Amino acid sequence: MTQPINTWFVEHLGDCDIHSIWLNDHRPEHMPCLEIRRLDWAHAACEARRLGMRLVALWGAEAGCHDRDAHAMYAYMAFAHPEHRHTLLRTPLAAENPELPSISGHYIAACRMERHMQDMFGIHITDIPDPRPWIKHEHWPREAYPLRVDFDARPPLLAEAHGDYDYVRSGSEGVYEIPVGPVHAGIIEPGHFRFLAVGEHILNMEERLGYVHKGIERAMQSKSAEEGLKVASRISGDSTVAHAWAFAQACEYAGQIDVPRRASFIRAILCERERIANHIGDIGAVCNDAAFAFMLHQMHRLREDMARLHLELFGHRLLMNTLIPGGVLVDLGERAIGLLREQTLAIANEVEHLRAIYADHPSIQGRVIGSGMVPVEDAQDIGLLGYVGRASGHYPDERIEEAYAPYDELEVNVPQGKLGDVATRVWVRFEEIAESSRLISELLEKMPEGPIVANWLPPEPGVSGFAAIEGWRGEIAAWVRFGEGGQIDRCFVRDPSVINWLGLELAVREVPVPDFPLNNKSFNCSYSGNDL
Amino acid sequence: MLGILRQITRIGTITEPLAASDQFKVMGKRLESVIRNHFAGSLTIRAVDAGSCNGCELEIHATNNAYYDIERFGIHFTASPRFADMLLVTGPVSVNMRKALEMTYNATSDPKLVVAMGDCAVNCGVFGRDNYAIAGAVSDIIPVDVVIHGCPPTPTDIIRGILAAAEMR
Ligand code: SF4
Repeated sequence: MTQPINTWFVEHLGDCDIHSIWLNDHRPEHMPCLEIRRLDWAHAACEARRLGMRLVALWGAEAGCHDRDAHAMYAYMAFAHPEHRHTLLRTPLAAENPELPSISGHYIAACRMERHMQDMFGIHITDIPDPRPWIKHEHWPREAYPLRVDFDARPPLLAEAHGDYDYVRSGSEGVYEIPVGPVHAGIIEPGHFRFLAVGEHILNMEERLGYVHKGIERAMQSKSAEEGLKVASRISGDSTVAHAWAFAQACEYAGQIDVPRRASFIRAILCERERIANHIGDIGAVCNDAAFAFMLHQMHRLREDMARLHLELFGHRLLMNTLIPGGVLVDLGERAIGLLREQTLAIANEVEHLRAIYADHPSIQGRVIGSGMVPVEDAQDIGLLGYVGRASGHYPDERIEEAYAPYDELEVNVPQGKLGDVATRVWVRFEEIAESSRLISELLEKMPEGPIVANWLPPEPGVSGFAAIEGWRGEIAAWVRFGEGGQIDRCFVRDPSVINWLGLELAVREVPVPDFPLNNKSFNCSYSGNDL
Repeated sequence: MLGILRQITRIGTITEPLAASDQFKVMGKRLESVIRNHFAGSLTIRAVDAGSCNGCELEIHATNNAYYDIERFGIHFTASPRFADMLLVTGPVSVNMRKALEMTYNATSDPKLVVAMGDCAVNCGVFGRDNYAIAGAVSDIIPVDVVIHGCPPTPTDIIRGILAAAEMR
């Protein structure tokens, strides 16, 4: 990693009388993790906002082996800036009745993460604008806090219905509600959407998620890095490479393991292939939702070609189980390199060809142009990530901001959209397919010789690491802390969907109800990644 | 429009003929006949994600692509359980999806075949049974006729599993 230590934010905090202490057991070392006082929490968020920083994530953890007060609980927040590396702040909370002020007033995306902390740890977030439970549905016992040490995680929670979720309502005449889900019409993940509509138009759409909550954060605990990686690969099955990479990199940073360059090249090739495959699938699905089935079948044909080559070269159609702590499992020989180069190029060419047909088809263009707009200011306010952000004038990209290997040697071109409608989101995806294909060719070209895995040695107890990887949906943030015997004692992951789901709610206001599916597909947020 | 036609003729039919592999040939023949004889020519499936990571869903989608073209056997996916002959359930059943799965099962018409697809659906997979958020494998919640192993199972495995369940009828 070439970037210098981010002292910039620390100095600013000092300038506004926010006292901070450097935590030394946090890695990577050039990414500061600072402890601040609890009374400065909201103030620090306010300053970060003023400095134009982006909120990456917010999470809680009980004290680890190194923490002074073994009974304290901690709240963490991570920030990013286009010109500086990420910075983490944390603050101690009382073990009894932990409380924390809300930062949702400064960062709207914080609210659901605060609700998650409230559900999982019982941390009371004072003045939170939306105090409703998030992951904990009505039948959960009220006092069950699954991420607390004293919670017995073994038996499933017993059903004990109490009350209903308090959806946003409208008392106005002529406004009707459409409840959709959790079991959706198509073959997609479950979640609930509550529409308020007037005539054909959506007035408000509210998301209720958490249906596929699988206790992933808890399941990670007391696993080795190798075992944890298997779970991380399944946080969201369509982003298996990106999630595995984020988790592995957080572990490797913690353990100060240098991943061989050849391994990081292979990781990047896998990740870019995953990006192409998902964009291809989604473009087809968006068109299909506007009854342009031709595109779906053409795109799915290409996706299948990719899956088959993945099976042949890496042993898995979706590329699961290809990463291991310290490197990758499968090396690429001459033949594999040739096949990958050839197929990636062929697919990119086919996509360009199909793109011309798509652009030349007024019936699909009429549906996508101008539908579901997210204005630039809103995208920045929310901090929208990936292609959703890039369609709306907000362009964070970890391949550039964090410039982790191998992207420190490559130039990544990020498509810069502005209009923020379905058409622009699709345009960004077409552009990204072309760019990823170019990157893959370059990676294959420049592939260094050498080993594909470094010896993995777990770090000392108490050490933690943080990584941010640009998956196909956008930035995935992972934080891992190790306990005794090389076991994970806390792992937090923030899928980009946690943030991008908010964009969908905003985009579909005033959209006709029948255009919702195509908007939804143009975002294609993950339910599983959100719910953990 | 011409572009579309040109593309269609250029790519041609890529659906793998049943003769492509012996296994597929036998399976396809059996599938066709069982669906013709027992399901009046069409088997309708409601896919339910009861907690999956979405990997299994990607492979269900793949059974619909032009290579496998599951529809040629008379199999299609429906939105409503009321029209469904079969539930194809993925994922460990999360505590938060348990009720929705039970309701879907109750709404399904006979013969109510249930296929538990993927290691998670079969035995909770990597997420584990000792997990507060997981109500159990699919068979812990509703009766299961056939299981399909794999994480995720390949499209061919899925089609084979569907055949096995249809033959139970
Ligand atoms: S079986 Fe594998 S692919 Fe399917 S839901 Fe479980 S983890 Fe995901």
